[in-house]
Amino acid sequence: MTTTVLRPPRTRRRDPRSHYPMWFYLPAAAVYGTLFVVPTVASFYFAFTRWSIAGSEFIGLENFVLFFQEPYLLRGLINTVVYGALTSGLKVVLGLLLGVYLTSQIIARSYLRSVVFFPVLVSTVGVGVTFSVLMDPAEGLINRVLEVLGVAGPGWLTDPSLALVSVALVDVWKGVGLATLIYIAGIVAIPQEYFEAARVDGATRVQNLRYVILPLLWPATSTVIILSLIGGLRSFDLIWTMTRGGPGFTSDVIASVIFKQYQAGFWGLSAAGNVVLFLLVSALMVPLYWGLSRREVER
Amino acid sequence: MKRPGGILSGIVAIAVSAVVFLVPFAFIFLTASKTRAESALLEFSLPTEWAIWENLVAVVEARDYMLLTAFVNSTILTVASIAIMVVFAAMVGYVMQRRPNRWTPLLNALVLAGLIIPPAVVPTIWVLQRLGLYATLGGLILIEVAFGLSFCVLLFRAFVATIPREVDEAAIIDGAGPVRLFFQVVLPLLRSVIVTVVIVQAVAVFNDFQNPLYFLPGDENATVQLTLYNFRSQFTTQWNLLFMDILLITVPPLIMYAFFNRQIVAGLTSGAVKG
Amino acid sequence: MFSIHRPPGPARVAGAAAAAAATLALTACGSSGGDDGTLTILVDNTEATVDSVQALADAYTAANPDTEIDLELRPGGSEGDNIVKTRLQTGDMPDLFFYNSGSLLQALAPEQNLVDLSGEPFMDAVAETFQEGVRSDDRVFGVPVGNAVGGGVLYNLPAYEDLGLEVPRTWDEFTANNQAILDAGDAAPVIQTYGPDSTWTSQLFVLADNYNVLAAEPDFAERYTANEAHYADTPAAMAGFEHLQEVNEAGFLNEDFASASYADGLAALASGEGVHYPMLTNAITELRATDPDALDDIGFFALPGEDPDDVGVTTWLPGALYLPQTTDDQAAAEDFLAFAASVEGCDAQTEAVGVTGPYFIDGCTIPEDVPPGVAQLQEYFDAGLTAPALEFLSPVKGPALEQITVEVGSGIRSAEDAAALYDEDVKKQAQQLGLEGW
Repeated sequence: MTTTVLRPPRTRRRDPRSHYPMWFYLPAAAVYGTLFVVPTVASFYFAFTRWSIAGSEFIGLENFVLFFQEPYLLRGLINTVVYGALTSGLKVVLGLLLGVYLTSQIIARSYLRSVVFFPVLVSTVGVGVTFSVLMDPAEGLINRVLEVLGVAGPGWLTDPSLALVSVALVDVWKGVGLATLIYIAGIVAIPQEYFEAARVDGATRVQNLRYVILPLLWPATSTVIILSLIGGLRSFDLIWTMTRGGPGFTSDVIASVIFKQYQAGFWGLSAAGNVVLFLLVSALMVPLYWGLSRREVER
Repeated sequence: MKRPGGILSGIVAIAVSAVVFLVPFAFIFLTASKTRAESALLEFSLPTEWAIWENLVAVVEARDYMLLTAFVNSTILTVASIAIMVVFAAMVGYVMQRRPNRWTPLLNALVLAGLIIPPAVVPTIWVLQRLGLYATLGGLILIEVAFGLSFCVLLFRAFVATIPREVDEAAIIDGAGPVRLFFQVVLPLLRSVIVTVVIVQAVAVFNDFQNPLYFLPGDENATVQLTLYNFRSQFTTQWNLLFMDILLITVPPLIMYAFFNRQIVAGLTSGAVKG
Repeated sequence: MFSIHRPPGPARVAGAAAAAAATLALTACGSSGGDDGTLTILVDNTEATVDSVQALADAYTAANPDTEIDLELRPGGSEGDNIVKTRLQTGDMPDLFFYNSGSLLQALAPEQNLVDLSGEPFMDAVAETFQEGVRSDDRVFGVPVGNAVGGGVLYNLPAYEDLGLEVPRTWDEFTANNQAILDAGDAAPVIQTYGPDSTWTSQLFVLADNYNVLAAEPDFAERYTANEAHYADTPAAMAGFEHLQEVNEAGFLNEDFASASYADGLAALASGEGVHYPMLTNAITELRATDPDALDDIGFFALPGEDPDDVGVTTWLPGALYLPQTTDDQAAAEDFLAFAASVEGCDAQTEAVGVTGPYFIDGCTIPEDVPPGVAQLQEYFDAGLTAPALEFLSPVKGPALEQITVEVGSGIRSAEDAAALYDEDVKKQAQQLGLEGW
């Protein structure tokens, strides 16, 4: 709440205290604190215990030692970073291109916008099931079409070197609509004067994109990067639906390793895994976030 | 931004979009229209025998009309949690952007933490039980709010920055208090981002299946995603009914999108938000 | 998670879930039944479990009209395990629940969470073999639903007839049969199914080999539990992994093994596209629902080992009904358990889903006219040539076995490497259980 402070009446400069009151934080803080922060802190404590359905016992750092001994952890780490980078990179690039294209004067614009956004509306389970069927090596539609074209299609989800990439592509298919929407919102918000000025200067389409749209779209870009990178690094449900981390462990990411531990009843171990995942994502995100918001301010 | 080759590129775009985006949906629809035996072949073909109505009835009637209960539950859950989430998050994002101080980095970290850290299931259930909210729809609504806040705050904070402070000052000079300033001046200007947040989060909540599974057990509490389990067990899958169910539970988000899509365009073209 | 516990059920039936479920007329139920004469039972959503427990419930309520029984369904597999553990931990389990016996039950910390049934009179009718699988120290926790299950090789009888093959008694004979089938060129000798939902089927080569492991190393289970014997340093135990590697390298597998599902595998077996499918016998119940005519074409033999004079089958216990300590209505729940442990209970199940092997309840009989596969399984039981799967002799079972066996069967990892990796995996489980010597 605002404290009563003596201040000159009818001040011309705004006093942030009175116009932007701290109690605006309260409702969100109450819900977030109780249902997210408290349980999370509790689970961080349990990361230092042998915790299963039978109870918990403090064992210090043993879970972390065990977690780093997971034989397929290294593969999971690499996969996590690859998946995060691949999905967010593609979403930024494709989202931007689609955003620019879908705000220009084209035919069937609203149809195209709807179609691109459509996959966002379908549940992950639904998308995963559908594409598992379409990507089946022998029976799947994709490989049947390739066969007609005279190409022997690969085992999209069964080839160990391809499974993770295939899932990442489906993730992009499902998520690019959201990136596009954010970009469209950003592009439409750019005042027309900028484009007119650029046209007067004789800017080409590429120059237009490079010097007008891109810089002004920075808030949209940073939002897309942050959301899709965090989503990608934590991603789990699509991978789980489509490959279960397989074949074997070849498409495991950290989140699926943790899930498997939880499911095996190793709750303390999976809590430790969550702490590790949190530190990893933070180590990647905090500098990025800081850098992105600084550029935002500078703008 | 007129393009001479617009028609040609438009036709190409339509063709590409049809292949990339519409074929998978056509596949869902066709499979949902087949008999069980034919659907098990998982072929991309017209059904030899259209069973769309039978499948529809079977899906709706399954488990004592569980799907209808699920639609009611999911609708209440989505509407309530989104309403709360949007207002709470907008308040936070607004004050965070307008009144930065030395605590702001900490708040930023908390917001990011909400995006990064996966929720801890068992401790969360303990808290809910202590509050008497476990296995209630109200409890799940608050859970969805808590887990969705970070995303919304992030978006609101970014977009509040696009509203010039002069707008606030003008309102203050007119004598607006903080509550009126926010709810009557700033919030309406955030319309396009609100619409974005509503669509994205409504889809996320509506399509969520992990949280209802853990925090709202019981058949009478089912939400739509859980109905998929009726047709997909460990050993057998009834593809026709599964895809029919996927089709049916995609309809509400679709309607919502169709409704809000015009709002996005309206909100954006009104020119209210200027960089 | 663990594979073989996947089919926890008495038997698994395919069939129109919707149609079957619609007739159940499940009434809406709270997450825990009150003492208003309503019992709530949490079961997994496989049709066989639902049908068996529903058959028990219908027969029970016919005799006790005052009691109403609701089934609450949960997903099977990974989510299902999480839900059972989470709801026990948070005290939110209904009056009764159905779950696996053996090492999976041990992972529920039964002595803390479940009611001890050892003093109950109805437990006298439950076979001692079964009680071993639901025991912790001197306490006993479950009443079985369903039949004994054998793990071995389901095979296509017409294919054997056409090619003039004999049931193999050793691994070498099995390999020779496979080669003959391969040379004939009409069918895949060995069916494997590693599609995302079916990875559990990959473990049969290892888990169903336990009879042969124990034949060679009778004290393997005890020494394994005590961290003295391991898969990597016990040749008899490693044989399962090696056999899997062999069938892959010899080119015996069906072409689509990497993406095929369990249902695909059964269909291939029934049609003769594949001849051998290492599997549990309760797959027969599944076939009865999807393709009843095929039952007469399906035979069963034990997974062959080294010794032609000692051929026996590895067996699994069915799942059981358990009574959580948090139940509101213990007396009514126990009365229902007593019914499940009676001859009337068996008969109700037989009528609803058929049988795949002997019951574990005294006095229960199985019909005369069973399919050939079930009859062949019964012969092993009659001759006393059975040994329990390792998960019923030791609480130690690693969660990653099915991924490891998929890798071996796909040629990604060698048998030796896999056995060593699985030993590591097992260590975590043992440490979580706080066993001595780990």
